[in-house]
Amino acid sequence: MSILAWTYIMVGLTFTLYLSIAWFSRVTTTKGFYVAGGGVSPLANGMATAADWMSAASFISMAGLISFLGYTGSIYLLGWTGGYVLLALLLAPYLRKFGKYTVPDFVGDRYYSDVARFVALVCAIFVSFTYVAGQMRGVGIVFSRFLEVDVNTGVLIGMAIVFFYASLGGMKGITYTQVAQYCVLIFAYIIPAVFISMKITGNPIPQLGFGSTIAAGQDAGKFLLETLNGLNTDLGFSEYTKAFGPGSKSMLDVFCITMALMVGTAGLPHVIVRFYTVPNVRGARLSAGFALLFIAILYTTAPAVASFARYNMINTINNTSYSQAPDWVKNWEKTGLIAWADKNNDGVIQYRAGAPFAGKPSFSGEVGALGQKMLTNELTSNENEVYIDRDIMVLANPEIANLPPWVIALVAAGGLAAALSTASGLLLVISSSISHDLYYRMINRQATESQRLAVGRVMIGIAVCIAGYFGINPPGFVAQVVAFAFGLAASSFFPIIVLGIFSKRTNREGAVCGMIAGICFTFIYIVNIKFLGGSTWFMGISAEGIGTVGMVINFIVTLLVSSFTAAPPQEVQDMVESIRYPRGAGGAIDH
Amino acid sequence: MEKNLAQYWKKNLSYMITLLTIWAVVSYGCGILFVEQLNAIKLGGFPLGFWFAQQGAIYVFVVLIFVYYLLMQKLDKEFDVHE
Repeated sequence: MSILAWTYIMVGLTFTLYLSIAWFSRVTTTKGFYVAGGGVSPLANGMATAADWMSAASFISMAGLISFLGYTGSIYLLGWTGGYVLLALLLAPYLRKFGKYTVPDFVGDRYYSDVARFVALVCAIFVSFTYVAGQMRGVGIVFSRFLEVDVNTGVLIGMAIVFFYASLGGMKGITYTQVAQYCVLIFAYIIPAVFISMKITGNPIPQLGFGSTIAAGQDAGKFLLETLNGLNTDLGFSEYTKAFGPGSKSMLDVFCITMALMVGTAGLPHVIVRFYTVPNVRGARLSAGFALLFIAILYTTAPAVASFARYNMINTINNTSYSQAPDWVKNWEKTGLIAWADKNNDGVIQYRAGAPFAGKPSFSGEVGALGQKMLTNELTSNENEVYIDRDIMVLANPEIANLPPWVIALVAAGGLAAALSTASGLLLVISSSISHDLYYRMINRQATESQRLAVGRVMIGIAVCIAGYFGINPPGFVAQVVAFAFGLAASSFFPIIVLGIFSKRTNREGAVCGMIAGICFTFIYIVNIKFLGGSTWFMGISAEGIGTVGMVINFIVTLLVSSFTAAPPQEVQDMVESIRYPRGAGGAIDH
Repeated sequence: MEKNLAQYWKKNLSYMITLLTIWAVVSYGCGILFVEQLNAIKLGGFPLGFWFAQQGAIYVFVVLIFVYYLLMQKLDKEFDVHE
């Protein structure tokens, strides 16, 4: 059976599964819609959180990035896992005991202020939209490569599916589909990794495999990582395992980016809200552990996949004549994610350090003597002839390693599961921010249960359409705004939630000033670099890492202003006292 | 009762600080600040600092959360604030 047929079968089966789960878990109450009724088991919540968290970027792009970055890729591995320790120890149990529906709810109540609630609400919506546009694009890319449909058609199909199960089942529908999606995506990630690890090193466990010796071929008996270091050096790159080599990020920058990603993770509303769905405080602590365990399975495999992919990629394409290049090179060239410019006219592909030409490939539509797509880009003077988009490493990996067609189809289904599960979690945050925090809490306190549900469902519809629009017409800044999502989450939510729990003295004035100071600093710094071409003037810290500084500013301003102004009212201090002790956490309460 | 709750909170904070110190040491310490020194040591085919940054720290994170869960289970019962 062909890859295409297998892919239709896998994608069809998994989509049917998601839709049936959604149908059986449809809801009729706001509590079911916002927090799945508060009765999800810690194990199921752990899986759902893992699927929610691991997006198209984790599944499709991360190993590819690490593959090109080597050691520096650790910023993503550490940054996107370490935040769960902060969540489990500093936030999740207390927010669960507090027991409302959303993050703006906590901020608004703890700081007895609708201004604080509104700032939190705007941040939650901004962060979520930033993220969801990327997911829709991911769905489109998987569809176009594996099902040979147009990217736009792929986005529309993805929108329809997400809308169906998110509006029908709300948080409950999303939670149980995410459990299924976790299973699909983790199998899809692990199976090819095991195959490839066996092939290259003879060790079936990828986490051990990439520290082992190569099993066969010209490098047999040598350690894989040492071989990679050698290959990288030969081709003009810095050593794969070397930290802070020439051209890579400085130690301070790596430190700050890792911190911003960790703290940002702990401050992301779609992650925090998952801990409201478990029955009690014990469940919140435990499900944070399960969540990270399930995430770690993928995150410890990713760096192994990255090194296998780099080894395979260099060996299969470098110094291979184009006419004998394997099929995957030509398949991906069709999608424009690989391009080859035969600079020295020898018909052989040379892969070296440096960009082969400026910018992304733009094709003239003509075909060269060997069948390659001709480029109109201005070529650079270095010897590198190949452009390889980082996003294809995971998707192309099974093809590069010559795995059977069903494995390739499974990877396509896994990529879709990762993108859809994250998209649905984000859409729910957007919908609940507007229907609960804005409409119910700030506009119409008399709204009935069914009115609020209707608003929630309509908001999901509108949010899906906006997300789909950005998926079809990706604004040039999608990649750049990811820095915003984490930077803003780190510099806005995290400090004031932590202080709200651990310091009774922190008051409304402090929190509002702190949030505004943190966000403004981070926002202006990122805009200056990403859009106005400004420099990294603050100690050379890049836009991705500046959230760390914004967070520190937020902490300092909040504490300073709080100490000069009146203490919070007694009932707020009592509330802070009560969330510190687990007993008495009922279901998430309405109010 | 009041005194008991204050003790419970103090104990919770001390668990937290200990575990977060380990969290910082394995990730920021071994994985970033001292990565070059540790890379001189080899763990099989892995330079040790590189291993911490791409594998070891993540394993430790998972363990830390479960340890906190177990410690707090015991503490909740001891001070009778469990659910």
